[in-house]
Amino acid sequence: MAGLAANTELLRTILVGFVRDEVHKVGVRKAVLGLSGGIDSALVAFIAAEALGAENVHAVCMPYKTSNPESEAHARLVAQACGVNFSLVPITPMVDAYFGMFPDADNMRRGNKMARERMTILFDHSAHHAALVLGTSNKTELLLGYGTLYGDMASALNPIGDLYKTQIWQLSEAMGVPSEVIEKKPSADLWAGQTDEEELGFSYRQVDELLYRMVDLRLTREELIGAGFSPEFIDTIYKKVQNSHFKRRLPVIAKVSNRTIDRDFRYSRDWGK
Amino acid sequence: MDFTTVLAQIKPKLGCVADNLALIEERIEQAKAAGADLVLFPELALTGYFLKDLVPEVARRLDSPEITRLIELSRGISIAVGFVEETSDYRFFNSALYLEDGAIRHLHRKVYLPTYGLFDEQRYLARGERFRAFDTKFGRMGILICEDMWHLSSSYILAMDGAATLLCLSSSPGRGVEGESLDSATAWQKLTATTALFLNCRVLYCNRVGYEDGVNFWGGSEYIVPSGESVVRARLLEEDGVSARVEEGALRRERIFSPMLRDENLFVTMQELRRIERERRL
Repeated sequence: MAGLAANTELLRTILVGFVRDEVHKVGVRKAVLGLSGGIDSALVAFIAAEALGAENVHAVCMPYKTSNPESEAHARLVAQACGVNFSLVPITPMVDAYFGMFPDADNMRRGNKMARERMTILFDHSAHHAALVLGTSNKTELLLGYGTLYGDMASALNPIGDLYKTQIWQLSEAMGVPSEVIEKKPSADLWAGQTDEEELGFSYRQVDELLYRMVDLRLTREELIGAGFSPEFIDTIYKKVQNSHFKRRLPVIAKVSNRTIDRDFRYSRDWGK
Repeated sequence: MDFTTVLAQIKPKLGCVADNLALIEERIEQAKAAGADLVLFPELALTGYFLKDLVPEVARRLDSPEITRLIELSRGISIAVGFVEETSDYRFFNSALYLEDGAIRHLHRKVYLPTYGLFDEQRYLARGERFRAFDTKFGRMGILICEDMWHLSSSYILAMDGAATLLCLSSSPGRGVEGESLDSATAWQKLTATTALFLNCRVLYCNRVGYEDGVNFWGGSEYIVPSGESVVRARLLEEDGVSARVEEGALRRERIFSPMLRDENLFVTMQELRRIERERRL
């Protein structure tokens, strides 16, 4: 599929330039990111190291007691491979203290709480190091809403948010992300044995092919069926994109004045930069 | 007449007129020192691109101190530069000036304001209503601002009006990463080359670089000779400044080899356009 096969050299130039330019223009030299041991954050660490210099990148690994120990090992491996600073901040004490008050909470609540716990740590490290928080959500999960609002979806800059998972694999290979990390099954690692594709019910490659045609090429439902996608799959994915749209927007503001933020008070974020 | 031109591929700061003016002055001085006759800057070089509600704040009247300063600087070198123009009736245009010998030789107001995809210009800016060629020390020229060039009629009108040099000032966002090069760069390169080829004229294309809210501007400023060949091209995605020697002889030779412009039948074109216009009114 031509559309999903990216020119990795060009992507690398654009994304490295993006991080360098957008970080430096706000008067900051450093970045901080959560390193999970997975491919998305590994790729962002590589991009940031190249953009800012590895010594200016702080990667924080934040495991919970049920996280797969392999994840921490892979996070360390990635930090070593691209040379960024590495620190470990386990979230078990905070998360357990909270759920001590709500012992019946289900996996979803626990997973979201963990993601938000990590977010608060990253933003605290942001202040501590005078560093911007880099986001590590890719386009596939952003479109599907497969992420926690104000959790892993929160960041100052996201270099990979316009890359489908399929493209993340390509660029990671081109940039030298360790093969163990590229080859393992994607997982949110919220509980033992969890994998994204099992939870979602389809593979990233399948859904990327569909999303690319649906979102980027704007094919109609009939055209998608004609291209070989089942109506059920198309409708499921369309609904997922629609129902998660709130996660991709700012909170809705009730309009009463003539200039309401983001509706008729419109400025780029790089205003004055 | 032969002349040397510099394409100043700069990275303006969004909404910072003073900083951008300083940057423009610096590049003008460099071009002057290098012996150039003409220096081109990108679209909205004085302001940056995704201005939105900043438009009225960064807009400048033709008698503003900044424009007066640029006019002053044109005593040593001719200058083409983009900015937001405010008129006495409080309209705001995406405009470009051609300055020469301490005077405004030409003002072009962007006619085609893109409002699709990532663009939203017509929400904030007023539409220009003319394409006019103008005389300079280096022959007759025409100015296009970015999207203007994507309308065949714009370049055609300027060529019919006698422009032998088309100056295109651009803030083109880079997108499409599937191919050998950026899709937008490839598309523009086809456009500038084809335009030069069709109209037997030269194209000086100046694009900006840098990022605004994650959108990259890809640069790749270039000089295309009337045969459609790109002879000088600036780097992609990086600040740059390239110099090109523009030779009158190349234009003359091309117009002898391929006299399409000579043979262009303005009478037929006008007759058919008038007919189409009549029919559309019905």
